[in-house]
Amino acid sequence: MTGAHPLRSKRRRSALRTAAFLSPWLIGFAVFFLYPLLSTVYFSFTRYDGFRQPAFNGLDNWSYVFTDYPLFWPAMRNTLWLVLVMVTCRVAFGLGIGLLITKIKTGTGVFRTLFYLPYLAPPVAATLAFVFLLNPGTGPVNTLLDAVGLPTPGWFTDADWSKPALTALALWGVGDLMVIFMAALLDVPKEQYEAAELDGAGAWARFRHITLPNISPIIMFAVVTGVIQAMQYYAQPLVAGKVAAGVIGGSGQQFEPGYPDKSTLTLPQLVYNLGFQRFDYGTACVVALVLFALSMAFTALLMRRRGGLIGAGE
Amino acid sequence: MSSAHTGRRSSRAVLHWVGVHSLGVAAALFFVLPFVFLLLTSLMGDRQALTRDLWPDTWEWGNYAKVWHTPGFLTWWRNTLLYAGLGTLLTVVSSVPVAYALAKFRFRGRRLALLLVIAMMMLPPQVVVIPMYLFWAKQLDLSGTLWPLIVPMAFGDAFSIFLLRQFLLTIPDEYLDAARVDGCGEVRTLLRVVLPMARPGIAAVALFQFFCAWNDYFGPQIYASDNPAAWTLSYGLESFKGAHHTNWNLTMAATVLVMAPVIVLFFFAQKAFVEGVTLTGVKG
Repeated sequence: MTGAHPLRSKRRRSALRTAAFLSPWLIGFAVFFLYPLLSTVYFSFTRYDGFRQPAFNGLDNWSYVFTDYPLFWPAMRNTLWLVLVMVTCRVAFGLGIGLLITKIKTGTGVFRTLFYLPYLAPPVAATLAFVFLLNPGTGPVNTLLDAVGLPTPGWFTDADWSKPALTALALWGVGDLMVIFMAALLDVPKEQYEAAELDGAGAWARFRHITLPNISPIIMFAVVTGVIQAMQYYAQPLVAGKVAAGVIGGSGQQFEPGYPDKSTLTLPQLVYNLGFQRFDYGTACVVALVLFALSMAFTALLMRRRGGLIGAGE
Repeated sequence: MSSAHTGRRSSRAVLHWVGVHSLGVAAALFFVLPFVFLLLTSLMGDRQALTRDLWPDTWEWGNYAKVWHTPGFLTWWRNTLLYAGLGTLLTVVSSVPVAYALAKFRFRGRRLALLLVIAMMMLPPQVVVIPMYLFWAKQLDLSGTLWPLIVPMAFGDAFSIFLLRQFLLTIPDEYLDAARVDGCGEVRTLLRVVLPMARPGIAAVALFQFFCAWNDYFGPQIYASDNPAAWTLSYGLESFKGAHHTNWNLTMAATVLVMAPVIVLFFFAQKAFVEGVTLTGVKG
């Protein structure tokens, strides 16, 4: 009997084998992704404080977030600012440093290490360091700026300068992009440059007509992953705001988030503020879903067949 | 004629060399100076750290001992090592077979599975944190411990799976076929043939995972914040600044102590790191 369907039993064996290899992730996907995601959707339609049973309240949380919650639109605007300005600066600077490192002929290893190291600095530590460095009164940066007669901004204590200060911090950690761009730049076929040089193309023309088209998939990758990182931007703006405001860290501290004047507030901070400081889990879930919709939209860009993460072979 | 020509070319080359390298030095200053100021301030006396001085009058090496002996600091250190060490081990063990199946098995739904892995990788942790917190804290009563941070890592990490899959794609199928012809089952093929070849990829994933846990702020804030005995370095560091409100020298010394292991580990494993970063972006 068993010999009658050797093909079918072989197929079943191979399906079982595949399932066995995938099983850690299948369980993880169900328990740490699917179940909480569906719960988040459910809670978003309820009034829920974590103690009493969730009570269905329709679209109340949703309309509260979009019309009455005073922190939502500032956080949304800040997130969009970071997406536009911080990501653009990071990609441009990362590409610049990547180009520079491919041109450096002496001590390349040393330069590469120096450019890469800040990327590894733990975000909280790097943020603390930058709040100190950019401290308006006594920080070394303003001391240096003052010494050469330049204006000394208030950085993390000035609502107009806090996001540029965060951008400077993000540029300091550009090492990951440098490595990616460097690898892409070294992959550009040398013959194309030689041919262009014979035709008398200058440096800018070579960059514009050979380098850029060759590395455009990587630029696209850097932009989209940068956008997703900006959506998730959490520890740096939170810690910068708290430390600059002089809030004592630790458990259960109530504080007005986004110091100064909501300028360092981002969407992920709202989930924490609503859920874990105001115990309004239902409303926190609305913000979580807004965040979900935005990041999935950008992820879809990443997963396109052309220039996407999966590659043409799939 | 020809010597004048080479002369002009070589002088242009020298100019180019000088230009590129001065730009390089300027950029290097931007990346290095923060570290330098950090170190200098960490060695100042309490009083001097509040002034605009850049150079320490006296070298207070004792600041580091003071930070090291701050109550809690060693506990945070131990917790972070436990979270990062155990978490990394669990991630690697659970992610390798998944990545192997995604890279080398042919099955229906493979593309969908890969898309879901990428979607999970891009998911901000805040999206699912409310139900996850309620699950760990209310149903299992494990808030204030490291378990909610460590246990999920035993179920495959999306980023590690993706990175490993990219790496395993570069291993030619012929090696696997040869092993199978010799009568190896898939488990033996994975352990005996694939794992030894995948060592650089595994090293990269392990390092990323280690630093991810080392640097994590959100996880410990959610699950460990009400119990200082379960704090990690990243979370404790911020409260450290709160407790030593005006002492920038001590705060910077603590910051150096939190950064140091990351930087030391980097010097031991530079290649694995750079390879890992490259894999995420370039080889598709």
